[in-house]
Amino acid sequence: MNNETIAPAKPAETEVEHGGLGDKVASPFLDSKVPSGPVSERWNKAKFEMKLVNPANKRKFTVICVGTGLAGASASATLAELGYNVHAFTYHDSPRRAHSIAAQGGINAAKNYANDGDSVYRLFYDTVKGGDYRARESNVHRLAEVSVNIIDQCVAQGVPFAREYGGYLDNRSFGGAQVSRTFYARGQTGQQLLLGAYQAMMRQVQRGSVKLHTRREMLDVVVVEGKARGIIVRNLVTGEIETHMADAVLLCTGGYSNVFFLSTNAKHCNVTAAWRAHKKGAFFANPCFTQIHPTCIPVSGDYQSKLTLMSESLRNDGRVWVPKAAGDKRKPSDIPEEDRDYFLERRYPAFGNLVPRDVASRAAKAVCDEGRGVGDSGLSVYLDFGDAIQRLGEDTIRARYGNLFHMYGHITAEDPYKSPMRIYPAVHYTMGGLWVDYHLQTTIPGLFALGEANFSDHGANRLGASALMQGLADGYFVIPYTLGNYLASEKLSKITPEREEFKVAAKEAQERITKLLSIKGTKTVHEFHRELGHIMWENVGMGRTREGLQKAITQVAALREEFWRNVKVAGDADNLNPHLEHASRVADFLEFGELMARDALHREESCGGHFREEYQTPEGEAQRDDDHFAYVAAWEWNNGDTPPLHKEPLDFEEVHPSQRSYK
Amino acid sequence: MATQTNGSKKPMNLKLLVWRQKNGMSKGAMTTYEAKNVSPDMSFLEMLDVVNEDIIKSGGEPIAFEHDCREGICGSCGLMINGVAHGPDEGTTVCQLHMRSFKDGDTVVIEPWRARAFPVIKDLVVDRSAFDRIISAGGYISVNTGQAPDGNAIPIAKQSSEDAMDSAACIGCGACVAQCKNASAALFTSAKIAHLRLLPQGDPERAERALRMVAQMDEEGFGSCSNEGECEAVCPKEIGMVNISLMNREYERALISGKK
Repeated sequence: MNNETIAPAKPAETEVEHGGLGDKVASPFLDSKVPSGPVSERWNKAKFEMKLVNPANKRKFTVICVGTGLAGASASATLAELGYNVHAFTYHDSPRRAHSIAAQGGINAAKNYANDGDSVYRLFYDTVKGGDYRARESNVHRLAEVSVNIIDQCVAQGVPFAREYGGYLDNRSFGGAQVSRTFYARGQTGQQLLLGAYQAMMRQVQRGSVKLHTRREMLDVVVVEGKARGIIVRNLVTGEIETHMADAVLLCTGGYSNVFFLSTNAKHCNVTAAWRAHKKGAFFANPCFTQIHPTCIPVSGDYQSKLTLMSESLRNDGRVWVPKAAGDKRKPSDIPEEDRDYFLERRYPAFGNLVPRDVASRAAKAVCDEGRGVGDSGLSVYLDFGDAIQRLGEDTIRARYGNLFHMYGHITAEDPYKSPMRIYPAVHYTMGGLWVDYHLQTTIPGLFALGEANFSDHGANRLGASALMQGLADGYFVIPYTLGNYLASEKLSKITPEREEFKVAAKEAQERITKLLSIKGTKTVHEFHRELGHIMWENVGMGRTREGLQKAITQVAALREEFWRNVKVAGDADNLNPHLEHASRVADFLEFGELMARDALHREESCGGHFREEYQTPEGEAQRDDDHFAYVAAWEWNNGDTPPLHKEPLDFEEVHPSQRSYK
Repeated sequence: MATQTNGSKKPMNLKLLVWRQKNGMSKGAMTTYEAKNVSPDMSFLEMLDVVNEDIIKSGGEPIAFEHDCREGICGSCGLMINGVAHGPDEGTTVCQLHMRSFKDGDTVVIEPWRARAFPVIKDLVVDRSAFDRIISAGGYISVNTGQAPDGNAIPIAKQSSEDAMDSAACIGCGACVAQCKNASAALFTSAKIAHLRLLPQGDPERAERALRMVAQMDEEGFGSCSNEGECEAVCPKEIGMVNISLMNREYERALISGKK
């Protein structure tokens, strides 16, 4: 009996028992399907061993793709090019709106155009290490291998990457790497890559191979005879509940940062599609692995609706500091050098202001917790360009960061050329997601998860410029092979929408909408979401403790109970109703938030973005526990009762775990 | 179009005149709302969030408006504010417009994009799917996944790449159409034609692309361009009318050369 279940029926006081090797015993439910042999040959081997669908037979298969961001659009386009019959769904008015569009910095690829020692192996190595040894080596190596094809494909599509004077592609550096391997299109790399994938998909729409369904939100996955065979969606304009059948379903539905209410994600980003799939049998892996980005514009008031990221590149020239004394309210220009604490330079002399994201974020929180934060709220630190302007001149700084300074000025009405910027960490990306095997298939056969929606490639911390790479790798170069293998191997029976499974799922979706509108309580959806975000940020944010996590589990459960009793949802279900859509998403966050806290509670170590205050070195750094926690934690839905935990042990054959040090 | 700046931090009270329309079938009307205690640091959409909370609390139905990233890149948001698409700040989407651009006591008129090709769905939300159909008519380079040569196989002059990027920066918000007295989609369509025309990869399909995208633009019911320049003035990404000239040249060239 290897399927370990954690402390049933004691929700708030979950205790983890572990005793030596028993800890990491693999769950029989989790077959990673990783091929054998040297890591560098596994993908080629797998591709050769996979079954193929004859070109003439591909059009007989229907594939549903939910989401049209980088992963979804690239998968839809590529599968349609191959001849599959694709149905693409998005809740936006247009597929071009997905949040991939907001990625600024760039996309990594092991091209070694810079001739500076990069290679597929080095990108693989950096990513496994950057993920703090909690990612699956085989997946990461494949990611590094196909990274080079992604750049070629995007250039051919007309993505206007930055060029050098000779006309060749330009590169820059990003955190966690010592080579220049990041390709970029000004500060709008995500936008240009998404438009490339979107245009490729719209070409297939023109040809009739992709049928586009906009303003549709997925509310359920329909499982027939143990396999994913369709989805239930709500037409957001008419309110109609629709049933769609397919031979396989791809979820490319992004991450769940908005469980924190305030994050850098777009307002509509949500966990609903992934969560509904989870409730139908897809295991959720490492939900507590979230990335908190250190350089965001701080919160300015209660009305604040979202946070805005300022590029990591600013830390190349900006110096981070706070006053030495708590409660020092002088203007920054009035605080002399000897009264300033450049805390990153002090604590990490080797890397200084360029320590990785997780380390920089925690250090900023620590000084604010000591009462040394600046600004009206005391929840921000200075990012000061004074020295850089003196050394290099204002023109040089303007040339390097002009657009970012402009954006900062626009939002805050402060001039960062004259006084230091104020920044604070914000939730930015989620490494956890639906558990998938090497084929990107979830624990429901026929249901695949791509991009940020899956858990597989970034471990406990994602490196900058790797999210775009992973979304496109999954969509352009992985799923076209693995999906074919699934369709060629499985015998799928003929189904109709008259089947009980479809009818029941559609009925349940409708009843839930009706229920939300019928409560007519006194508290708005916005208030519930904000309250949930507060609980999550305080207890499941940058610093986590056993006590805080237990409290969060109880508080989230209580808030959920209140939601279903006292939420006030305005409008009706027969017309466009963004407020109702929000209510439905918040209802799922209220279930998901508890699982996140539970996962963080059970993982009694600190790694990457997961920092448990009980587990740190004497110097305050993250203390990993590879003996007990070098595994993927995959949670199974248990009808609202304490969820069973399944483990996939992680073997590091190539990159041997070591303590990350930036001192 | 000059940006006014309210330097103080004092909260403001504003009167809003908002277009309310239940759905595409029903008639709409302007409705008056009070926005009280508005902080100058709020974004315009955050101000609407607060007004909506009040409406919900008093039993009404919140004002529907489109938004998502709230950092000016997704192209979802778009409102006519006092007759100007995206409001008074230049080069700014409405989600990045802040209330410090308004004064205490101001009346603010908020309407949806107005164009035959952008029918109203509800309140301030319109259907912009015509833009997607223009792109699918030819706004792409026909390359299947896997066909691409090495990324450095085709050198592209830095300037060409920069110029292409200027055009490619379009976010598809529709402000150009909304501000144009002809409701022309020339700026949107031409930005994509220019982006792909300025790169060598776009050359093989150059003629056909121009013909097909222009034909689709007309079919959707957008008006013609009469060089008013309103589109350029309100474009949040400051995309220039030079794109329209380029589109016209491309279109004529395709017609004259008799290429399909």
